[in-house]
Amino acid sequence: MSLPLDLSPELVDEYQALEATDSLQKLEELRVSLLGKEGKLTLRVKDIAKVAPEQRKSEGQKRNQEKLLFETLLQAKKATLEKRALDARLQEEKIDLTLPIRHQSKGKIHPLTQTFDEIVEIFSQWGFVLAEGPQIESDDFNFTKLNIPPNHPARQMQDTFYMPTSEDGQERVLRTHTSPVQVRTMLTQKPPIRIIVPGRVFRNDSDATHSPQFHQLEALVIDEIGKVTMAHLKGTLLNFFRIFFGIDDLPLRFRPSFFPFTEPSAEIDIGCRKNKGELTLGNYGDWLELGGCGMVNPLVLENCGLDSTRYQGFAFGMGYDRMAMIKYGIPDIRGFFESDVRWLSHYGFSPLDIPSLAKGSIR
Amino acid sequence: MKFTLSWLKKHLETTATLEEISARLTALGLEVEGIENPGEALSPFTVCHIIEAKQHPNADRLKVCEVETKFGRKQIVCGAPNARTGLKTVFAPEGSLIPATGMVLKPSTIRGIDSCGMMVSGQEMGLPGEHKGIIEAPADAPIGQSLTELLGINDVVIEINLTPNRGDCAGVYGIARDLAASGLGTLKTLPTPTLHATFPSSVSVRVEDETLCPYFIGRVIRGVKNGPSPKWLQEALKAIGLRPISALVDITNYFSFDLARPLHVFDLSKIHGSELVVRAAKDDETLVALNDQTYSLTKGMTVIADNQRVLALAGVMGGKDSGCNMETTDVFLEVAQFDPMTIAKTGRALSITSDARYRFERGIDAAAMPRYTDLATQMILELCGGEASQCVIAGAPPAQRKRVPFKPEYVKTLGGADVSLEEITGILTRLGFEFESTQAVAPSWRPDIVGSADLVEEVLRVKGYDCLPVAQLELTTIVATSVVSPFQRIYSQAIRTLASQGLMECHNFSFICNAHALAFGMSDPQFAVINPLSDDLAVMRPSLLASLLAAAARNQTRGFTSLALCEAGTIFSAKEKNLEQRTIATLRIGDATVRQVQKGARSVDAFDAKADTLSVLETFGVSSAQIISDTPSYFHPGRSACYKIGQTVVACFGELHPDILKLFDLKGPVVGCEVYVEKIPLPKVKGHARTTLKLLPFQPISRDFAFIANESVAAESIIKAIRNVERTLITDARMFDEYRGKGMEEGKKSLAVCVTLQPQEKTFTDNEIEAISQKIIAAVQKNTGALLRSGESALSSDKTV
Repeated sequence: MSLPLDLSPELVDEYQALEATDSLQKLEELRVSLLGKEGKLTLRVKDIAKVAPEQRKSEGQKRNQEKLLFETLLQAKKATLEKRALDARLQEEKIDLTLPIRHQSKGKIHPLTQTFDEIVEIFSQWGFVLAEGPQIESDDFNFTKLNIPPNHPARQMQDTFYMPTSEDGQERVLRTHTSPVQVRTMLTQKPPIRIIVPGRVFRNDSDATHSPQFHQLEALVIDEIGKVTMAHLKGTLLNFFRIFFGIDDLPLRFRPSFFPFTEPSAEIDIGCRKNKGELTLGNYGDWLELGGCGMVNPLVLENCGLDSTRYQGFAFGMGYDRMAMIKYGIPDIRGFFESDVRWLSHYGFSPLDIPSLAKGSIR
Repeated sequence: MKFTLSWLKKHLETTATLEEISARLTALGLEVEGIENPGEALSPFTVCHIIEAKQHPNADRLKVCEVETKFGRKQIVCGAPNARTGLKTVFAPEGSLIPATGMVLKPSTIRGIDSCGMMVSGQEMGLPGEHKGIIEAPADAPIGQSLTELLGINDVVIEINLTPNRGDCAGVYGIARDLAASGLGTLKTLPTPTLHATFPSSVSVRVEDETLCPYFIGRVIRGVKNGPSPKWLQEALKAIGLRPISALVDITNYFSFDLARPLHVFDLSKIHGSELVVRAAKDDETLVALNDQTYSLTKGMTVIADNQRVLALAGVMGGKDSGCNMETTDVFLEVAQFDPMTIAKTGRALSITSDARYRFERGIDAAAMPRYTDLATQMILELCGGEASQCVIAGAPPAQRKRVPFKPEYVKTLGGADVSLEEITGILTRLGFEFESTQAVAPSWRPDIVGSADLVEEVLRVKGYDCLPVAQLELTTIVATSVVSPFQRIYSQAIRTLASQGLMECHNFSFICNAHALAFGMSDPQFAVINPLSDDLAVMRPSLLASLLAAAARNQTRGFTSLALCEAGTIFSAKEKNLEQRTIATLRIGDATVRQVQKGARSVDAFDAKADTLSVLETFGVSSAQIISDTPSYFHPGRSACYKIGQTVVACFGELHPDILKLFDLKGPVVGCEVYVEKIPLPKVKGHARTTLKLLPFQPISRDFAFIANESVAAESIIKAIRNVERTLITDARMFDEYRGKGMEEGKKSLAVCVTLQPQEKTFTDNEIEAISQKIIAAVQKNTGALLRSGESALSSDKTV
């Protein structure tokens, strides 16, 4: 920076000193020597009275201007030095951000819980209320009231775990299906009834596709005669599967079958394609069996205290472990209950990924 | 239930293809499980005729044959010793796949002579038995006839998965009837037997209990000659996997599968006395059955006995020594109806699955018994000769067929389908129903029809379930509040909260091994599974921790030593009114924070378990619960505690007992908690509105206090004493240091608390702060005996929050 042309000669040294200052401390010392109480520039302004009167005005202006000039220059210098100091500090504070973050363990929600929440969410829009029941169930509720009398061949359709008879003489089993919750509901509630029962059930069976424990989704709708028909059953299931699997044109097929607690009864198939062990859902011509359903057998209604000449309804049941396996590509049901952290971490869900209809196919 | 296509066509006149039949069976509810076509691989091979066999010019053992085939005259080089002029044999064209070798036949030149195709041996065709040279077909076999036809193995075997209600379709005739009813052909009528019963039966029948055997027909046939059954019968049985034994036995099997009519034939010479008794078994009786097994019988079973011993387990299996063999000349034919329940129970108790049991427990057509008796007798007479006696009969068929109200509108109101009355009655009529005013009379072979709903199913399944329209439920029952209960909502929220705090959610088995259950205090036999799948899955779990510990041990054996697991599930306890309690548990093992650049590595401790406990309690709206140190034996007695609300323990947490770690073979430290969420009173809901927030313009200030307390003083009691001094002014009191050792008297500890004060109406003056401080010091001393640490001022810190 060159000297201002009209700078008074006696300030040239100070000007150059200012120019040369390289620390905030020296700058402050310089500021005091120039602008402090006894500072050179302060005194120059103060001593204006000593100047000859005819020059006093112009000299006074000049000295004031020069004081102002130095004030500005000092400020600018200070800013420059401060910035330089900050830059140096920031440079010094550099850290290696390729280093890992602090340890955070990531929790996951089990696919079964996620599927449970998805099911509840989907059925909530049609007014289905979540119902529950015990895992140790009376033989009466698990079988007899559902029109499966003792020794009926239908009992062999389900391999049962038996429990000791209760103190009050009740024969007990580990529930083989969630249908006893239908019984419990009908015995205690008046129609119209709309419930879903996702719950744990037990069968004495184990291989790659069977686990002694699995989970069933049961639904029951009871209303006055004619209000809910097998066509409503078909519509409800069709809607459910399309939303659950996120496939708009997923086809559904009913196949006649036999369950003691429904009449007419049907097996539920959804459309798929099976190619070299790979399963793809959709309208491809092949079928995958997912569960059973039907119109509640009038004998069951009567067993549960409902007038079968006045009420009718539908029910369905299917394994939702299996539905989760199909939807999320989980190969073996046994993994669900093994609690292998690698499995949980891989197939689990973020706890904040709460199923919601609004956010699309419910994942 | 297995049958062959040709067997089906004995009863069903149809032009339908196999695919059509298979699809219709499934659509009718007779689900096709599998179709086997053993002849398929043999279909390219046809009968040919060797016009001339000449010596090969370049090979001694080869012949050059001029062969007339389905595809015209061919020249074939053949090495078989029996390849000779005039022989009818079997031709394999070029491009065909030889079953035994898997090779595709190509055109070839053998020692300079072109050879088109091949003449084949039985071995190359994969046929059983010994084979020498090429197949020798009968001289009259037409050229071009397929090998499958030649061998009579062109039959397709269909297996259906028969539901327990359809006893009528345990016979091919019933299946044909269903197909015919659905329009897939015409049901052929069964022949009418013409029998001359010439003499009275020398054996009579007495039924002791008609509920066990409502109806019994029998007759003697004398002078029979037992031997192998004819080829057609043997082949029919073999095709469905049955072993032909002798004509008499084969006939009974044939009737089982043809008409769903199980029969039994006793060797008359082995019946002692002249009376057969149908009665309940006695507890000490045994029977050596046809399968060579000896069975111990019990009272609940039904037997057929003579005056000395049990001859057969009624409806389940015959006895070995009263059965027929090749020397049998006189027989007694049994055609009976047994109680399905008793048969099922007996079969299950003795683990016998037999074709007879399969049919009796599904229910047989009792009304058809006289006719089927005569048909069976006639077949015996035709195949084995002899003469038939008059029948002996005990009991009677049901006097009336089952009647159910016929409500055609029900197809619409229950089924939701539009089917015309004409079609409804048409379907039911074809299935054998008759109509009497407002009633439908079920055919005798359908004991499963009990109500009008059954008629709807019959109509819909025969028409095809695809006729069902799709209808939507009316949305009149929208639930405005919530489809889940408040408990269910919070329960689900709690497990997601835990997962968000780094825990992996598990779903473990509800049953665990006995040793683990015992360690968690379960000894009540009412929770032991009577027929467990394995010892590991034997007892309903008394604690989720037991499941999580076992899961943790499995993970540690896989090399994962630090774990954070949680579970929301059911535990079982006889102490509760409700035997099953939904519960939430967590388990943390090993590192809480791993070694890391930022430092701060540490292992899990009881406070991690306390934090998990508190997050669950908070989710359930618990703002204050009493903490006590009395925990179950599976916890470390000095490092665990319980939360109580009133007199109810709602949670336990802490370090697990070293004995538990040993039992589960776990490397520690292991901490966990179990929250008995069903015991927590649900938060009272008073609408959606929150209380009004009051934002004070005055800054809160904080002051630190250090107290010297006896070792036995619980930190929380000091906090409580401070909080109780002034509920509005003192908004927080947080313990931030616990110190023992140097400068501290033995048996004493120093506890430092940071207290936050919130001025309400104006900022505090120094005097006011001093006054509150003195109150705090006094209250702590009064309630806990702890003294302000000497040399420290209550105002040692003047930092403000």
